[in-house]
Amino acid sequence: MADKILDIRNLDITFTTTAGPVHAIRGVNMDLERGETVAIVGESGSGKSVVMKTAMGILAGNAVINSGEIIFRYKEDDGSTQEVDILKKEKKWIRKNINGRKISMIFQDPMTSLDPTMTIGKQLMEGMIMHLKISPKEAAARAVQLLSEVGITEPGRRMKQYPHQLSGGMRQRVVIAMAISCNPDLLICDEPTTALDVTIQAKILELIKKLQADHGISVIYITHDLGVVAKVADYVNVMYAGKIVEVGNIEEIFYEPRHPYTWGLLSAMPDLETDDSRLYTIPGSPPNLLHEVKGDAFAPRNQYALKIDSLKEPPMFKISETHYAATWLLDPRAPKVEMPEELSRRIQRMKKEVKEDGSRL
Amino acid sequence: MAADYSQEPILKVEHMKQYFKVSSSFTVKAVDDVSFDIYPGETYGLVGESGSGKTTIGRGIIRLYDPTDGKITFKGADITGKLDKDTFKLLRTKMQMIFQDPMASLNPRKKIGDIIGEGLDIHKMYSTKEERKQKIDRILAMVGLAAEHYDRYPYQFSGGQRQRVGIARALIMNPELIIADECISALDVSIQAQVVNLMKDIQEETGAAYLFIAHDLSMVKYISDRIGVLHLGRMLETGTTQEIFSRPLHPYTRSLLSAIPSPNPRTEKGRTALEYDYATSGLDYDKGTLTKVEGSHYVHGTAKEIAEWMESTS
Ligand SMILES: Nc1ncnc2c1ncn2[C@@H]1O[C@H](COP(=O)(O)OP(=O)(O)OP(=O)(O)O)[C@@H](O)[C@H]1O
Ligand SMILES: Nc1ncnc2c1ncn2[C@@H]1O[C@H](COP(=O)(O)OP(=O)(O)OP(=O)(O)O)[C@@H](O)[C@H]1O
Ligand SMILES: [Mg+2]
Ligand SMILES: [Mg+2]
Repeated sequence: MADKILDIRNLDITFTTTAGPVHAIRGVNMDLERGETVAIVGESGSGKSVVMKTAMGILAGNAVINSGEIIFRYKEDDGSTQEVDILKKEKKWIRKNINGRKISMIFQDPMTSLDPTMTIGKQLMEGMIMHLKISPKEAAARAVQLLSEVGITEPGRRMKQYPHQLSGGMRQRVVIAMAISCNPDLLICDEPTTALDVTIQAKILELIKKLQADHGISVIYITHDLGVVAKVADYVNVMYAGKIVEVGNIEEIFYEPRHPYTWGLLSAMPDLETDDSRLYTIPGSPPNLLHEVKGDAFAPRNQYALKIDSLKEPPMFKISETHYAATWLLDPRAPKVEMPEELSRRIQRMKKEVKEDGSRL
Repeated sequence: MAADYSQEPILKVEHMKQYFKVSSSFTVKAVDDVSFDIYPGETYGLVGESGSGKTTIGRGIIRLYDPTDGKITFKGADITGKLDKDTFKLLRTKMQMIFQDPMASLNPRKKIGDIIGEGLDIHKMYSTKEERKQKIDRILAMVGLAAEHYDRYPYQFSGGQRQRVGIARALIMNPELIIADECISALDVSIQAQVVNLMKDIQEETGAAYLFIAHDLSMVKYISDRIGVLHLGRMLETGTTQEIFSRPLHPYTRSLLSAIPSPNPRTEKGRTALEYDYATSGLDYDKGTLTKVEGSHYVHGTAKEIAEWMESTS
């Protein structure tokens, strides 16, 4: 099934700031097959949003792309397949042909994608009239339909409201309705459900899944909610300090994580089963990318760090056809290190839960 | 300090209503007859779907709105009607709110130290410049920021650090009640854990009570002593965390708990949450009342409905 929709190769980006150059993206590789769902997880500031903004050609003006390509393959209205390198295209062309049409993005903060002076109905219809070339009447009917699909009650009335008259979660759902209104090939969701409660979150995720199945849309989720990742993703990319440090299919990342940073992330989740009085946190803070990183960027926070970690950057070690991790612990010469016992117990318990559930396996 | 139930509640909310008139024919009953109380040192978690009225309750309590109806008592004082000078000061100092979006609530042109010290300045809570600086430095240290951070601007901080600034700004007033509206939702897991641990430590140290508004039930479970479940502006169920999680009675609460995602792909992939749709639930919230089940566990419904729910969960 070699139907790759997105192929990011060796992406490397620096921001020029008054304090000096910030090397925010340090060689990112990522690919996505049509119809698949990929999640990107990682600490705040690790570069998740920047990578996806680059793919949409909406990078900030002070960004310098040092290297890389972003190959996007999409279907034209006549059914033919087009292939472009987003990085070689002009912003104007991308805005006209790709954004909101072939690739839609749901942004972290819903307020940034809504115009406070326009009713939500108008905003929803605008894109559809422009991209789908349908009449205002058709657009209005479709807008009402979309609003109810994302779980907004009394959609007809809500159409006439302004963003500030809606609750935080409702605004987010309006943005989701806008993003899917033009049947994109690729949907990028940047923390799409953080403002939503669990029942609506579940509904939205199920809705996106359904759209995905119906239209063969590929989805990229940027999220810190590992419960969401567990529910939706086929593959997971773990990002740290501008690099992908572990990638694998969902089972490999959740049940056989190999990078100490992934261990930390999984351990920090509150666990409904145990009543620890404190949550686990990863010690220290991420590196300041104003300074060039030497060796493994995670080393100063890594209790398992080896001597080589402070000298040389680890390559991606292959664990299986789909599972790779960038840590020297995987080097054949490294001492054998197991994941923290607490995490290992939790994984055992999760696997047991599955057996008791009888669901699959 | 743990929650102290032997004292009078620090906050009493009785029959609070908050209506918004959107047009001549459309009024949103954002909060409709909600009552609950919070004890000194207690953490009360408020959960419920988006639009259920959580933020409106928080903003009503701290009087960013004039409540349509109902009575709110804080530290024995009625804070509902027109406030006299002393009551207003009590409200603005002893009660603080941490807002959902740290960036939007911090003035980008002000230094962090001055943002944190703003409340002190307004209420003249120091006699010398040194005393002011000392107070700010102490709070910075308490939330895990360095004294050098005083001169930085908000954009020079990461999301988690900014959220600490929001917490510091609330704490410096020595509040006895902190309303935290989705204060960790926008943070990644490792920082969420830091902030929640920090809030717990501060409660130990200062004995402050929290109204913790959130939709992440695993965090709410972790931090709260009691929980209130809100839907369509009504309080549908309340009780200790233990009572709510071990025996959820209301069908809405049950659907809410069933929707908590777990970081276990094999169980999560196949699972769908329990459906709950008010329109087809057969329930009429106007007919029911909040009724005591046992201990501090209350559920909203008619006698018949409640009997059925108890039957099916026993
Ligand atoms: N225009 C810019 N100028 C300078 N630095 C920038 C700019 N945009 C982003 N950065 C920096 O690049 C890094 C990655 O930012 P990005 O927004 O991708 O983080 P993220 O992984 O999405 O984090 P979060 O989870 O907080 O959203 C950060 O260190 C950020 O400060
Ligand atoms: N200023 C306002 N004018 C009109 N309606 C409002 C206003 N503020 C809130 N509402 C309405 O009141 C209801 C409750 O909103 P509120 O913001 O309290 O919800 P919430 O429970 O905090 O939701 P979320 O989890 O999405 O933040 C919503 O229907 C909202 O549209
Ligand atoms: Mg981001
Ligand atoms: Mg809210």
